[in-house]
Amino acid sequence: MADPIHQFQLKTYTTLGHIGHTEIAFTNSSLFMLIAVGLITMFMLWGTSGRGLVPGRIQSMVELSYEFVANTVRSSAGNEGMRFFPFVFSLFMFVLILNLAGLIPYSFTVTSHIIITAALAVLVIGVVIVYGFMKHGTHFLGLFVPGGVPPVMLAILVPIEVISFISRPISLSVRLFANMLAGHIALKIFAGFIGSLLAAGAWGIISPLPLALTVALTALEVLVAVLQAYVFATLTSIYLNDALHPGH
Amino acid sequence: MPNDGTPHGNGDKSRASEDVDLSARLERLGKRLDEVRSTGQEQRRPTGTSGGEPSAMGKAFRLSTEFVAGIIAGCGIGWAVDAMAGSKPWGLIVGTMLGFGAGVWNVMRASGFTKPPSR
Repeated sequence: MADPIHQFQLKTYTTLGHIGHTEIAFTNSSLFMLIAVGLITMFMLWGTSGRGLVPGRIQSMVELSYEFVANTVRSSAGNEGMRFFPFVFSLFMFVLILNLAGLIPYSFTVTSHIIITAALAVLVIGVVIVYGFMKHGTHFLGLFVPGGVPPVMLAILVPIEVISFISRPISLSVRLFANMLAGHIALKIFAGFIGSLLAAGAWGIISPLPLALTVALTALEVLVAVLQAYVFATLTSIYLNDALHPGH
Repeated sequence: MPNDGTPHGNGDKSRASEDVDLSARLERLGKRLDEVRSTGQEQRRPTGTSGGEPSAMGKAFRLSTEFVAGIIAGCGIGWAVDAMAGSKPWGLIVGTMLGFGAGVWNVMRASGFTKPPSR
């Protein structure tokens, strides 16, 4: 049966150089990230070039994605959060296109590597921390002190709040990575059943079953790909809301 | 314009009643605007969060990662404290317990079980 993990292997195309003993290589992951950025840029430029009062197909798709992310940011972080709109929109489009591109057969799913999602999550939390301290100074630490609690309880609740805050980038990155990884492995395994059953003589009769399941799973994976990009954007704006309004 | 029974006496009184009338109208208008705004937001909200919680599995996945992340973060911090302070088992033990609490707190917050107090 086909190896379900094989699809996540990094292939080095060229080595760009070394930092210390670490190789800086151009891999298939980098290639797909470049493709995604290129696709997004083309999509946005193409969609906004017409600037018709009555939008065409591409333009209405661009406007739809703008409205979607703008509504997400507004409902989670308020109108003040709109200053982070370019950040959230870039993240959303990047994750969305990478997830969707990963669904094309023989392509590579960049977001199924935890190092990528962790880097994105650390970027989000970094923005929250830096902006929170820039805007509110030490008052930002009020985020960790729940209001209306007797002081004795604070000794327990403050560490819990701190750990809860630190767990945010972990859950943010693990969620996206695990969803993509699990989905692709499940797809690969069920697709592998088809070949194995066909090769097993009479058992080939039931091979349409895994085929139907694979089709259904592919539809589910499209949903998951879009949903995870949306969840990432929503949680980003919820965390940014904490940077804008710390203190409960 | 409904007549709300204001007395129409001499000029002064009628002007005062006009002021009262005007402020009442303003108030009513403001109230209606607020209503429209709130319903508009409510109408917009479903489109904004459509697909937010589509399936029980998606929700379960979200909650479980929140919980596990809390414990991992607690363990990590406890372990790091141990490594730095040399208080071998205690940092990990306390960190794990706090992480457990943080995980539960994460889940409660993610499922909307708790509203942040005074907001």
